Amino acid sequence: MTSRDRRNFIRTSSILGGSLFVAPHYISSLSALQPGQKLADRLKSNGWFRLGCPSHNCGGRCILKILVQDGIISRIETDDRPNDLPEEPQLRACLKGRAYRRRQYHPDRLRYPMKRTGHRGEGKFERISWDEATSIMADEIIRVKNKYGNEALYIPYGTGSYSQTNGRWPAVRLSNLIGGSLGFYNSYSWACISKATPTVYGTSVTGNQRQDWLNSKYIIMWGWNPAEMKDGTNSDYLIKLARKNGARVVCIDPRKTMSAVALADEWIPIRPGTDVAMMSAMVFVMMDEDLLDESFISSHCQGFRSNDMPAGYKNQESYADYILGTKDSIPKTPAWAEKITGIPAETIVRIAREYATIKPAMLYQGYGMQRRAYGEQVVRAGCVLAAISGNIGIHGGWASGMALQAGGGPRWSVFPTGRNPVRARIPSFLWTEAVIRGTELTDKEGLKGTTALKSNIKFIWAVASNALINQHSNINRTSKILKDETQVEFIAVQDQFLTPTGMYADLLLPACTQLETWGLEDGWKYGEEVILMPQIVEPAFESKSDYRICAEIAKKLDVYESYTQGMDEKAWTRKLWNAFKQSRFPDLPDFETIVESNAGLHSRPVKNPKISFEDFRNNPAANPLKTASGKVEIFSTELHRLNNPKEIPPIPKYIQEWESPFDATVSRFPLQVIGPHYMGRVHSTHANVDWLKEAFPQRIFINPIDAASRNIKDGKLIKAFNDRGAVILKARITNSIMPGVISIPQGAWWQADEDGNDIGGSVNTISSERWTPLAFGNAQHTIMAEAKLYKQ
Amino acid sequence: MTQYGFYIDVSACSGCKTCQIACKDKNNLDLGVLWRRVYEISGGDWLKRTSGAWEPRLANYYLSISCNHCEAPACLPACPTEAIFKNEDGLVLINDNKCIGCKYCEWACPYGAPQFDIASGLMTKCDLCYDYLKDSKLPSCVSSCPMRALDFGQMDVLQEKYGSNRSVYPLPRTDELKPSLVITPHAEAKLAEELSAKIVNKEETENVS
Repeated sequence: MTSRDRRNFIRTSSILGGSLFVAPHYISSLSALQPGQKLADRLKSNGWFRLGCPSHNCGGRCILKILVQDGIISRIETDDRPNDLPEEPQLRACLKGRAYRRRQYHPDRLRYPMKRTGHRGEGKFERISWDEATSIMADEIIRVKNKYGNEALYIPYGTGSYSQTNGRWPAVRLSNLIGGSLGFYNSYSWACISKATPTVYGTSVTGNQRQDWLNSKYIIMWGWNPAEMKDGTNSDYLIKLARKNGARVVCIDPRKTMSAVALADEWIPIRPGTDVAMMSAMVFVMMDEDLLDESFISSHCQGFRSNDMPAGYKNQESYADYILGTKDSIPKTPAWAEKITGIPAETIVRIAREYATIKPAMLYQGYGMQRRAYGEQVVRAGCVLAAISGNIGIHGGWASGMALQAGGGPRWSVFPTGRNPVRARIPSFLWTEAVIRGTELTDKEGLKGTTALKSNIKFIWAVASNALINQHSNINRTSKILKDETQVEFIAVQDQFLTPTGMYADLLLPACTQLETWGLEDGWKYGEEVILMPQIVEPAFESKSDYRICAEIAKKLDVYESYTQGMDEKAWTRKLWNAFKQSRFPDLPDFETIVESNAGLHSRPVKNPKISFEDFRNNPAANPLKTASGKVEIFSTELHRLNNPKEIPPIPKYIQEWESPFDATVSRFPLQVIGPHYMGRVHSTHANVDWLKEAFPQRIFINPIDAASRNIKDGKLIKAFNDRGAVILKARITNSIMPGVISIPQGAWWQADEDGNDIGGSVNTISSERWTPLAFGNAQHTIMAEAKLYKQ
Repeated sequence: MTQYGFYIDVSACSGCKTCQIACKDKNNLDLGVLWRRVYEISGGDWLKRTSGAWEPRLANYYLSISCNHCEAPACLPACPTEAIFKNEDGLVLINDNKCIGCKYCEWACPYGAPQFDIASGLMTKCDLCYDYLKDSKLPSCVSSCPMRALDFGQMDVLQEKYGSNRSVYPLPRTDELKPSLVITPHAEAKLAEELSAKIVNKEETENVS
């Protein structure tokens, strides 16, 4: 490239005349929110506040420093505590927290309660009073309860607001005071990993405190992408420090992610859904070259070879049998895995050697690969690799799996929701089944707490949840189910915006943001802090906190006193602050002190990071695992008893997915589609924030090879489709995704055009509702589709 | 004269754009106005084996750039109204009272730093958070970086800390302009040049006013 070319490299390609965006200046959107609004005097209306960033399910928990002037937020900074040491790093907010003004003062904020006027899903509403709205809610709850029983009520999974006092917890508390509602277990995030990790280790607490990463010498980020997904504030930064400390970092992922670019020494693209094939081949190499930790295997593990199979199972296939192909005649060699994974055999050999010999080593599993068909297998295989290479229970090692923090980690909920009188629970992902055939569900579909439901779901109250439409699979199917008013008879949606889920509401309840009410939080999976979230501005228009909305409904249901116990949001926050003080944080200052200090958080340094399984490693007889055998269960008798060896083998196996590049439908749908987290969003939260859309527009990411064979040009509209639906978005041609795979980042808001095509770009328009066999989890990333140019 | 500048650790930048948003918030920038922008550099190709396996040869990294407050800025002599000047701290600034919004500075700057603001009809650009500098605070972008990949200070101090390299592919050569930058290149920067890597996220970085 010549000097002259380089000189103009960054310059805009053309100087555009006119404006492409007609963007109101932020002041105008502020004033749009202010007519007739008088700020209460009780709020300090000027000055800098330090507080927790509004608590969405973002994978981080950070500090914002917010300037309020005349009751309006005018600037957002972040944690600026001095020192910023690895043992207690600053909790610097990401772009989403920094852009919060554009969400807070968004002209589309829900302002008033509204009820549906048109057909369900049509999106036509009229404004009503809070009195009418809460009466409708109370009347519908009582009607459905009397007609169908409490099992017909459902408060679905949703994490759009996720502080201790806001989000769905208050609604659950209220529900439990009036006879309860159908419960659910597991989540859309972690269904397989939370189920499968304990099948190996007897616990999900398999992680070390993160400062221990600095002791590692070799780190595999396997489908793990802390830069984009976060997985704890500073997880990306701590990997940077580990690397600085001498760790070699390898990223295995279908995308060359931001983490691969900024944190890894090497990136290895892998075909989605084939991770277990590579893991199996790594074990083959480690066996072949005698690189296993044999003494650890013989003293701590069950089922690696025939001689350490449990009594009564000696003739079953051991893990070594599977790897060597003793019973199925398929040795899991690197050459075998090359054809499946798309990774050259010699690369697999090299990574196996490196992982087995550079000690201590971490194999960190991401969560995307367990949101797939047979997602349980990759969790089990990763745990087994960590164990047989001798990397568990040591500093700098990592047991893989769920990896909750050793020594006690953050608590997802301390808000007392009470006991649910309804004992029946369904897997979170199977709610559509409970709508259309709830009474037919059995334990085969994961029903727990009862042998049969008395009713299908007839009433849904979605609080901070866009999982009725946008975040649930196969949107066209869900839309059809919800439009049928004989199925779910009443849908209430409580949120801050009119989401695609809100479009299906019979009643809309406007919730305020976390900056407009009190709350608190601790870390996200990792971390040693409690973070305060004081109210700093008044709720916009007639919006109310989730807690307050539920209190108003409680009044109509005659349970106000037992619901509130005489406390408002601030009083509950004080009570929950004290709950942290009485449990994980005895050194916590008094609530009044922390409020007065404007510090925003209490944190403690981690100088001697705790590690999981240290006692077990040192003395397995005295400190057995909570598995049936007390050992690391490579072979699980519990899984063997399920008697479904093809889908739930007792040892981790590579199983070809039900939609796969290796099956017959590939002629129609040759592309694998993945829906990763996107930097500008938290799932579907922030999807409407203009600064974030400017920074990270929703696109279909496609490799140049796949684009060329389809005559797709960068920036042109393309259609990604399968039998379930079609998404139309601009193409972004990028080398950072492997050929044969396209990416439609999850969370963009579904928007159907006249033909039913989704021009908003939700990947769930083409994802499948089929669930995984053991965990009953969402397999939302297992998608085959085709892409072509879209012509209007 | 003092000369302040930025340090950019390109090897540690994840491309998250927190710096860009922190800048927009601090300076109340409309859509399309990007005093700090993050370029995605990408180049290379994919080789397919007969087994179906893939062997990529790629170079990828992110480059966060605002105004480099050059020692010899190209924008300054291009301004027909002498609205652009360098102050005693080495900052390149625009005098709003003289600016006529003609965009000559934008055309002259190879970094895309001056940005037309449609609301005011004037050229605008990074001022290194001059008000923060006076309060001994770091510029908003620098203190925002979750990867701690940005730093700020007097050029001689930055050079002592991080070395004297001022450029990375595909930034223009530095001999004429002398941008106030210290850069740690990404490990794939040499390969990127070899492969003639390009900016692949132009739609995210262009001032469209």
